[in-house]
Amino acid sequence: MSPSRQNNLVSSLPLSRSSYNVISAFCTEDNMPQCISYINQELDSLGLCSTRIEASSPGGATINTVSALNAMYEIMTIHRRNMCNLEELEKDQLKTSSNLDHIQMNNSRLKDQLELSIREKSGLHETERQLQLKIKTLQSCLKTEKDEVQKLQSIIASRASQYSHDAKRKERETAKIKERLNQLLVDRKDKKLAMDVLNSVGRSDGKRSHWKTTKTTASHEGEMYKSLLNDYEVSQRSLMLENAELKKVLQQMKKEMIHILSPRPSRDDSRDQAESDGEEKVGDSSRETLDQSCEQAREQLTNSIRQQWRKLRNHMEKLDSQASKVQNQMESNKEVVQRETHEDEMERMRREVQQCKEFIHAQQQLLQQQLHTSFDDETAALLNDCYTLEEKERLKEEWRLFEDQKRNFERERKNFTDAAIRLGREKKAFEEDRASWLKNQFLNMTPFTDRRRCSSSDGQSALSIRSEPEMRMSSTKSPPAKSSTYAAFSTPKPTQSATVPSTTELYRTLRLIPDSSSSRHSKRGCWPESSTIEDGDFRVKSNRIRCGDLSIFSLGGDENSLT
Amino acid sequence: MNFSEVFKQSNQLCKVSPDGKYLATCVQYRLVVRDVETLQILQLYTCLDQISHMDWSSDSLFILCAMYKRGLVQVWSLEQPDWHCKIDEGSIGLVSSRWSPDGRHILNTTEFHLRVTVWSLCTKAVSYIKYPKACQKGIDFSRDGCYMALAERRDCKDFVSVFVCDDWHLLRHFETETQDLAGLEWSPNGCVLAVWDSCLEYKVLLYSLDGRLLSTYSAYEWSLGVKSVTWSPSSQFLAIGSYDEKVRILNHITWKKITQFEHPATINNTKAVVYKEVVKRPAVCSDDLSLHNITIGNTLFNTQSKYEICPTPVQLPVVKPDPDRANPKIGISTLAFSSDSRYLATKNDNMASVVWVWDVQKMSLVAVLEQTTAVRCFQWDPRRPRLALCTGNTKLYLWSPAGCVSVQVPTEGGFQVQSLNWHCSGDSLILLGKEQLCLCYMDNDQEDK
Repeated sequence: MSPSRQNNLVSSLPLSRSSYNVISAFCTEDNMPQCISYINQELDSLGLCSTRIEASSPGGATINTVSALNAMYEIMTIHRRNMCNLEELEKDQLKTSSNLDHIQMNNSRLKDQLELSIREKSGLHETERQLQLKIKTLQSCLKTEKDEVQKLQSIIASRASQYSHDAKRKERETAKIKERLNQLLVDRKDKKLAMDVLNSVGRSDGKRSHWKTTKTTASHEGEMYKSLLNDYEVSQRSLMLENAELKKVLQQMKKEMIHILSPRPSRDDSRDQAESDGEEKVGDSSRETLDQSCEQAREQLTNSIRQQWRKLRNHMEKLDSQASKVQNQMESNKEVVQRETHEDEMERMRREVQQCKEFIHAQQQLLQQQLHTSFDDETAALLNDCYTLEEKERLKEEWRLFEDQKRNFERERKNFTDAAIRLGREKKAFEEDRASWLKNQFLNMTPFTDRRRCSSSDGQSALSIRSEPEMRMSSTKSPPAKSSTYAAFSTPKPTQSATVPSTTELYRTLRLIPDSSSSRHSKRGCWPESSTIEDGDFRVKSNRIRCGDLSIFSLGGDENSLT
Repeated sequence: MNFSEVFKQSNQLCKVSPDGKYLATCVQYRLVVRDVETLQILQLYTCLDQISHMDWSSDSLFILCAMYKRGLVQVWSLEQPDWHCKIDEGSIGLVSSRWSPDGRHILNTTEFHLRVTVWSLCTKAVSYIKYPKACQKGIDFSRDGCYMALAERRDCKDFVSVFVCDDWHLLRHFETETQDLAGLEWSPNGCVLAVWDSCLEYKVLLYSLDGRLLSTYSAYEWSLGVKSVTWSPSSQFLAIGSYDEKVRILNHITWKKITQFEHPATINNTKAVVYKEVVKRPAVCSDDLSLHNITIGNTLFNTQSKYEICPTPVQLPVVKPDPDRANPKIGISTLAFSSDSRYLATKNDNMASVVWVWDVQKMSLVAVLEQTTAVRCFQWDPRRPRLALCTGNTKLYLWSPAGCVSVQVPTEGGFQVQSLNWHCSGDSLILLGKEQLCLCYMDNDQEDK
């Protein structure tokens, strides 16, 4: 930098030399006052107010050299100062740049150091962790060891206490012995040990005792060995029996296993095996006859059992796999359909069963209700009352209806009777008219011989004639009864014996009985046949009818016959 | 179940004769012989001093009474009450006295186990056996009465001598591979002798009758070992109870362990039935506390108890033993096979109030009986699989595969049952209290509950 500055300085010098030309260009004789004023302005701006270039002469062709020199001097000092400042600044700059370099170098160095130390730290961490682990394991080992040490210590302690106890006991005993010995040595009065028996007792087995000889010792030995041998034989016998049992069981197992494995014809190896087993069996049986406990036979048996068992196991495994395969194939099989139908059947049956159950349940519930209600007297009575009340109400209703109907019936009956009476009357009137007309006619036509007889006979004959149609017309009643009644009618005097025709007869004659003419009486309701309630009234009416209207019947009948 | 009245006895000395007809009891220095059925006194003998030990001879004709302090043994005859016999050991002292299997010899162990003196009642002859070992069980007779095994210690080594009981001829004498022999026992068939070491070493050795070592069994090292050993009546099994609270069963063919029974504090086995004794105190009404009621009503203060079946899992009470003391109260101290070898009853000293019953056929736990206090004694019925046990209170407890029952002994004054013995027929039990005894007659026609 400084060299460039210097260069600038240097360059400024030639520039100044060359600039002389410029300066000369700057200032010419023409523009001197302007130049002067310009320079003064510049000097003012530089802060050199006191220094001014003055024109020596007005018109400014020349300048005051003193002031010019002063100005120049001032400018030079300024310049020098600036240069010094510049130098200083350059020096400072140099310093700072070197500082900076230094610091940067330090920085990089420290960074490297830091990295290194970080790596070291991680490495140390790792080692620390491993050491911690080791510490833990060692601590656990230490714990176990401590525990074992404690256990051993406790064992040692108990043994020590046992030993000390025994030792103390022994010491006490020796002390007692020593004392006794002392006592004995001092006493010297030895109490002789003796046995005082009244008399000898016989031996327990009653025999005499024997002398001790070598023979007896030998016999003792022999007896001892005998008893030992006995015991061994007994145990050996039981073990042999057990062994034989177990062998039998194993043989049985082997046979059964062979049997299980052999019946499949597709397996050749089993057949071969069966053959070889047959051989083995033969071999075994022969061996059995020789010696049961023969080592080889036993080994062979166990080996063959093992083989068979392995085969059986393989077979079972195969079967298992086959079974699973078959399971998978089951869908496309016929069996599936069967099973489905079977299942449907089952479902149906289950449903039926369910329904039946529900039904039974409901029944049971109702029964329970009944039973339970019957238990509670009060409520039962109440309920019963309710029921009877209902029934009573119903009954009342029906009675009312019945009453209504009866009333209706009576009314209609009344109407009927009225109508009948009217009709009767009209009929009577008509008959009378007719009769009179006929009489007149007859009288007009024929000579009178016996009016009475004729009339009566006419009446009779008429009646008889009339009775015939009456007979014909009347459906059920016996004519003689009617004719008698009619005969009774011919006499004008009222006969007491004349029975009143019954209601049914009346109705029949009037065609009011529903069995023959129910269709006629459109306006009539249904008449109960057995109504005897208003017979009394009717009798009265019929009496009235009887009096003069009896011919109405015949007329009516006749009318009917005629119609 | 009937209970007889209470009789006096001293020192828990009360034994039924081997033929089951007589009952001999000691009261201080008197020997009382009663008939078992009627309990009438048949004979009364007087000894010279307080009787320390009493035993019947095998043919039920003689009874020996030993007085250890005086060093005397007196023998009484049942047939001839006048007959007398007195054996004086003199200054050498007496520590234990027993009959030989033929009922005609008496074996006295002198003080300090200096020697065993064999006195013959037939010939008045005396034999000596030197260096007998002072241990838990140093002498054992085979069941058929032919042989006697005696443990000896010479020069810091253990030996076993086998004698023929006929004439006390030494049949075999062999060294055992034990550090400190603690006991020996013949198998019921008389062919195998089981020998076990002290509790400092777990070692069980099996010797045949002729002295050959058949097998050695050691379950573990260093910890305390064998506490109790018993044969099954059929000689098929040897049960070893040890300090590690387990019972190991060896079989007689291979002498190897076939199973081990553990006694944990929590029972999770659902097949076993856990019977827990539950005490019901009768309610005492304050109005009734009159003198009359208090004196008469012993039953008022007698608590009723019954068994309840507890569902598993069950927690049993455990008492931790003092670790510093010798012979700690931990481990299987009592083992007993039933007479048909079907069941095994065990007691773990850790849980002293619990009796465990195992089925040997199935090799599994059948029942657990938890009592209110420590079980003092249990014994199997000699005829059938029925276990009787007592815990020092006034009750008798019976277990059978059908169930469990607790029976109050109906005596006045509170009879505390300390130990019990079955009669050889299995029809009655002899219950021994501190100073009293009582007989309990079983009703064996009907099924016991």
